[in-house]
Amino acid sequence: MLKTTLKTMLLAAVAVGAMAGAASAGKLTIESWRNDDASIWKDKIIPAFNAKHPDITLEFTPTAPAEYNAALNARLEGGTAGDIITCRPFDASLELFNKGHLAPLNDLASMANFSDVAKSAWTTDDGATTFCVPMASVIHGFIYNKDIFKEVGVEPPKTEEEFLAVLEKIKANGSYTPLVMGTNDQWEAATMGFQNIGPNYWKGEEGRKGLIDGTQKLTDKPYVNTLAALAKWAPYMGDGYQAQKYPDSQNLFGLGKGAIYAAGSWDISTFRAQNVNMGAFKAPPPAGASDCYISDHTDIGIGLNAKSANAADAKVFLDWIGSDEFANILGNELPGFFPLSNAKVTLSDDVAQEFVNWRGECKSTIRNSYQILSRGTPNLENELWNVSAQVLNGTMTPDAGAAQLEDGLKKWYAPHQK
Amino acid sequence: MAKPQQHHLVGMSDAAFYRVLLFFLAPAVIVYTTFSIYPLLDTIMNSFYDRQNDGSQLYVGTANFVTLLTDTTWSGPFWNAFWNNCKFFFIHMLVQNPIGLALAALLSLPVLRFRSTYRTLIFMPTMLSVVIIGFTWQLILSPLWGIAKMFLQFFGLGFLFGPWLGIESTALITISLISVWQFVGIPMILIYTALLAIPDELIDAATVDGLNQFQAFFYVKLPLIWPTIGLVSILTFVNNFNAFDLIYAMKGALAGPNFSADIMGTLFYRVFFGNQLQLGDTSMGSTIATMMFIIILCGVMVYLFLIQRRMQRYSF
Repeated sequence: MLKTTLKTMLLAAVAVGAMAGAASAGKLTIESWRNDDASIWKDKIIPAFNAKHPDITLEFTPTAPAEYNAALNARLEGGTAGDIITCRPFDASLELFNKGHLAPLNDLASMANFSDVAKSAWTTDDGATTFCVPMASVIHGFIYNKDIFKEVGVEPPKTEEEFLAVLEKIKANGSYTPLVMGTNDQWEAATMGFQNIGPNYWKGEEGRKGLIDGTQKLTDKPYVNTLAALAKWAPYMGDGYQAQKYPDSQNLFGLGKGAIYAAGSWDISTFRAQNVNMGAFKAPPPAGASDCYISDHTDIGIGLNAKSANAADAKVFLDWIGSDEFANILGNELPGFFPLSNAKVTLSDDVAQEFVNWRGECKSTIRNSYQILSRGTPNLENELWNVSAQVLNGTMTPDAGAAQLEDGLKKWYAPHQK
Repeated sequence: MAKPQQHHLVGMSDAAFYRVLLFFLAPAVIVYTTFSIYPLLDTIMNSFYDRQNDGSQLYVGTANFVTLLTDTTWSGPFWNAFWNNCKFFFIHMLVQNPIGLALAALLSLPVLRFRSTYRTLIFMPTMLSVVIIGFTWQLILSPLWGIAKMFLQFFGLGFLFGPWLGIESTALITISLISVWQFVGIPMILIYTALLAIPDELIDAATVDGLNQFQAFFYVKLPLIWPTIGLVSILTFVNNFNAFDLIYAMKGALAGPNFSADIMGTLFYRVFFGNQLQLGDTSMGSTIATMMFIIILCGVMVYLFLIQRRMQRYSF
């Protein structure tokens, strides 16, 4: 009884809110976790859109990345979320669509500008419905400080062996932290470590799909070797890297105190702002590898709140997100986020261009824990954070780490129970 | 038997009396019901349901509790969080409350100068936001730019420094001590107030009987403030088992390394709201919240029935 009354009251409150929204017609709020990009949305993207559609007002209201999923879920459940929802890839957004929070977007004209691979992160398992416009991907690799490399006398490494030799030389020089990365926040170890170098070991899509259909296990050689390669980094990471946070790493490299930064391409703009003389090299393949693979991860999509009072205006905006114009603004204003559309984009940032060139040299794959494999408990992504950080901290062997990952997956994922 | 009008305010009719009663009680009843009792009951209700993929709720009885306590996927993290929470509590009991007591005893010394300055300074961290506390202490303890490292090196003790917040064996202890530093003002103020309430005559009499300051404290003051120390302990217990914010601010929802700093609050948050690719699970989240409620309830009942009832109270 009490519950019904309260629900009625909440509904009434939502209805009042909706009416208030309707009063200021054409105003759209955008939910996002990209608070780093707030000024670019405000100064570049929204004005460019308004030049064509002056009657639609947009407001970009980001939440801190770590809180985004939880906060967005709560706001969607409570009916207070914005009209436009920035979509995390794969299951997080699929769940929102299945619960009816995101509207299907198959009828958007600009959907034709995207390949099926680009759309895969925001399409139902049967491939029938796409519910977010693919916006950007991020590429993993290493960013290095050109001045330090010149001073120490090393060249960007092409193989894993060369990579370790370069690290050893910088360590011997003694003035700089050879490899900038911390394990305090855990996700760095998994994302910038494991997922960065791993595709070379498990042969990109071949290994990723093998894990999904159960023909490969996380205890197989490629995965143990990835963890073993990761463990070799420890001597070259800075003093006390176990308590080093992500912003610490960014500052260490940004201030020119570190030589190599295990990167996601999104870091480029951070280091541009700090005027680092930088270059980039892709994850160096291990000995005997004939092909190279990169993690080119579909990371950001953008969709429509199914309960938006301004759905028509929102669709106009989402259609524009799929346009060539937006792809060019995004690629150049946010170096390190690469448009997923088929539009021809020329990038003015040379480091961003370097990252995107790898698409031509190597085969692309996405992070292996993102599709399907993180649907159960224990969650594979969380397990990867924990295991990668422990392997880097030296508190867990690569074999034990791989065994823990496989045990966790086996508990709930049928193809691995055979 | 007392006559009914003796319960009433002077010259007030029954109807007027109940109106006054309602006037004073209603705000508290409404606020507590809406923001405390209703959410609590709803959480307990939620823990008996399982949320289906289509958003509907299915009644499952105590199945969620059975899963939480018997399935190793759930019971492992749950007991880990429980024991970590116990450690978190013991460190507060062993460090925070004795220091609070000692500070209160020092503050109540009659010869102390700058009394209110000390009191304010020690109480100050309690009023700061945990986000600021977490950020500041992370900077102090940072192996890259922290003052703790330089401070130890200055005294030639640099070898003692370690990345304490990032090591499995020390992360929880370090965070507990930071929390102690933040909240030591609360036991101090409560005990200090109790000490002030002790009449000077008792101390004078003790002094005349030949007791020095230390003896007077241990034999006269301390027995008189046991009820306050009991209150402080139970407040510490309830706060510690509800703790979440400092650990979340410093270590994130995975409370690493290897969940060594994971307590009930962070486990609950991670399960209920989700983390990165892990989706929020409101049923299991509510189950953990209900278990937290039961644990706290048991602790408080043990205190009430076994300790508080036996406590002697003195009135002056």
